[in-house]
Amino acid sequence: MTKNCHNDYKMKFSVDEEYPDLSKHNNHMAKVLTKEIYGKLRGKSTPSGFTLDDVIQTGVDNPGHPFIMTVGCVAGDEESYEVFKDLLDPIISDRHGGYKPTDKHKTDLNFENLKGGDDLDPNYVLSSRVRTGRSIKGFTLPPHNSRGERRGIEKLSIEALSSLDGEFKGKYYPLNGMTDAEQEQLIADHFLFDKPVSPLLTCSGMARDWPDGRGIWHNDNKTFLVWVNEEDHLRVISMQKGGNMKEVFRRFCVGLQKIEEIFKKHNHGFMWNEHLGYILTCPSNLGTGLRGGVHVKLPKLSTHPKFEEILTRLRLQKRGTGGVDTASVGGVFDISNADRLGSSEVEQVQLVVDGVKLMVEMEKKLEKGESIDGMIPAQK
Amino acid sequence: MPFGNTHNQMKMNYSAEQEYPDLSKHNNHMAKVLTPAIYDRLRSKQTPSGFTLDDVIQTGVDNPGHPFIMTVGCVAGDEETYEVFKELLDPVIEDRHGGYKPSDKHKTDLNPDNLKGGDDLDPNYVLSSRVRTGRSIRGFCLPPHCSRGERRMVEKLSNEALDSLTGDLKGKYYALKNMTDAEQQQLIDDHFLFDKPVSPLLLASGMARDWPDARGIWHNDNKTFLVWVNEEDHLRVISMQKGGNMKEVFNRFCTGLTKIESLFKEKGHEFMWNEHLGYVLTCPSNLGTGLRAGVHMKLPNMSKHAKFEEVLKRLRLQKRGTGGVDTAAVGGVFDISNADRLGFSEVELVQMVVDGVKLLTEMEKRLEKGQSIDDLIPAQK
Repeated sequence: MTKNCHNDYKMKFSVDEEYPDLSKHNNHMAKVLTKEIYGKLRGKSTPSGFTLDDVIQTGVDNPGHPFIMTVGCVAGDEESYEVFKDLLDPIISDRHGGYKPTDKHKTDLNFENLKGGDDLDPNYVLSSRVRTGRSIKGFTLPPHNSRGERRGIEKLSIEALSSLDGEFKGKYYPLNGMTDAEQEQLIADHFLFDKPVSPLLTCSGMARDWPDGRGIWHNDNKTFLVWVNEEDHLRVISMQKGGNMKEVFRRFCVGLQKIEEIFKKHNHGFMWNEHLGYILTCPSNLGTGLRGGVHVKLPKLSTHPKFEEILTRLRLQKRGTGGVDTASVGGVFDISNADRLGSSEVEQVQLVVDGVKLMVEMEKKLEKGESIDGMIPAQK
Repeated sequence: MPFGNTHNQMKMNYSAEQEYPDLSKHNNHMAKVLTPAIYDRLRSKQTPSGFTLDDVIQTGVDNPGHPFIMTVGCVAGDEETYEVFKELLDPVIEDRHGGYKPSDKHKTDLNPDNLKGGDDLDPNYVLSSRVRTGRSIRGFCLPPHCSRGERRMVEKLSNEALDSLTGDLKGKYYALKNMTDAEQQQLIDDHFLFDKPVSPLLLASGMARDWPDARGIWHNDNKTFLVWVNEEDHLRVISMQKGGNMKEVFNRFCTGLTKIESLFKEKGHEFMWNEHLGYVLTCPSNLGTGLRAGVHMKLPNMSKHAKFEEVLKRLRLQKRGTGGVDTAAVGGVFDISNADRLGFSEVELVQMVVDGVKLLTEMEKRLEKGQSIDDLIPAQK
């Protein structure tokens, strides 16, 4: 393994001299990192040259966020999770409800295992969506990859997606060659992603060379969408208006598996292992990388004193309809699974389906002025 | 940030064509000079500290251009960058610095006695005078590349040097990370405080990593001599005061700078300098003297004159808004400073500002009286 010059050069300075000042910090990395761990790991690098300072840079540069407990570290390649396990295992445990280094993660993308989910009340559930990420084996991840690698990923992705047919037949729109008309349409469809502005993301290096190698693919029906080279190699999204989560999940699973088949044929499967499940850039997305959610009207329930408690027990989280760091507007909430690692895709979507059903019942009761005390669930 | 040369070796698995940046929408010095052939020859190289070609050009790839200014689009990560990547940087330097050739020698002159006049710029027009430059400490990587340990050492050495200044230069250091609210407010009121950069030109180069660790501001008790530590360069040294006595400002500038340099030398540290590029700084635009000497002056009439731009050009001066390099002027008040950095000495550049500002003031007075300035238009300096 070739050595990493500047990292070796830094060894001239003591651990004390190089150790970051985390006194004002509140993120997972800052909670876990110690001088001892830093001293142990700082001389290492992954085969592609990713170092401890690369892993933690975003957490050093971003002390914390008012709404969310940020992770504060990223992987630069698949090996990061092995080489820097002394730091990342405790972070993973803290972030993923006590998940241990010896635990095994279950993958289940068989949509037939989902019970119900086709009848969420459309008077309340405005839209349903499932997303996940995938990393392509043999390439480094967005914080670290070169233009050549990123373009290689884009090329493979286009080949794979172009060969989809039937309900999945669609088209790729590279960010770099979009016409004004295409851009307008993608914005109107709420599909277009833009250059990240959040320093959480830019400090990790993932926005380098923007918009080179980035693009959006979607099927003609506009119900299946893939982002290429944003925060992960691929982000796969299935969505539609209304409450038929079963259909959304079916399309999600079928599409994802078709894509995986094609990548495997090119000898580039997805990064996965039996401990961490699907490997992604941010440790928070390990496991399933899945966020299944709905936009749902809960004006009454959301003002009930037990709302947070109910969500916690249902293993769900709320967000505003603008995404992870926004507030809700007009009583409409984004409700999704809180877990990623340690439970399967089917299990997580089941939690959403069952939980949303219950919350809609509660909302209806509160509308009628009735109590919901008898409906408060046990901790799942 | 992948500041690793190990990844650089890995990238060799891809052809130069596969790795070559898309510069089709770009308009900066780097994009004007870089070619696939140059990229191919330089991409496998690295400096001893591991800075690579992609590190040099990243900011120029990420920032296609700027509406007001022709950006440089590349940075140095250490002193050796200018040697290892000379095939790219020499043409960039030549284009940016008026045809400066790889064989040219740069003259350093920090003797303030060599400046003629400059103590009598009309304070009815010249509101303030300022001279700034940068310095890099030899043996340390530059802000796009340095580690926390290096940056803190630069801060430590700077503090030691600045603490031993006396007399008119005696002052105090304010570390960004443990400033009190009162100190912060005072520094803002004095227009001294620098904040975390927001410009993507700077952020994309990696110079804002670990902010605000080891960054700080030192100034003398009189508030006329100021040093920024670990912002875009290791040190930025600024001499300033209200009014038009540029001679005094330059005097203090030279005295302070020379004193600081000898204090560093006493401790076994020099500034990065060579006889071809002069003082070596992070941005190629600041090579040579790294010096920008300027005034804030009222030119409401002159600035509307059809020949304003032409006059500035001939005087080898440039205008900016009073908010800095990428701002517009407000209320007819302009920041007028030397356009050159490399190929002229400090004294020569400040002389141009002094002489040029004097002439511009004359012109403004003429225009106020409704008189012509045609006979005052200078030849190209």
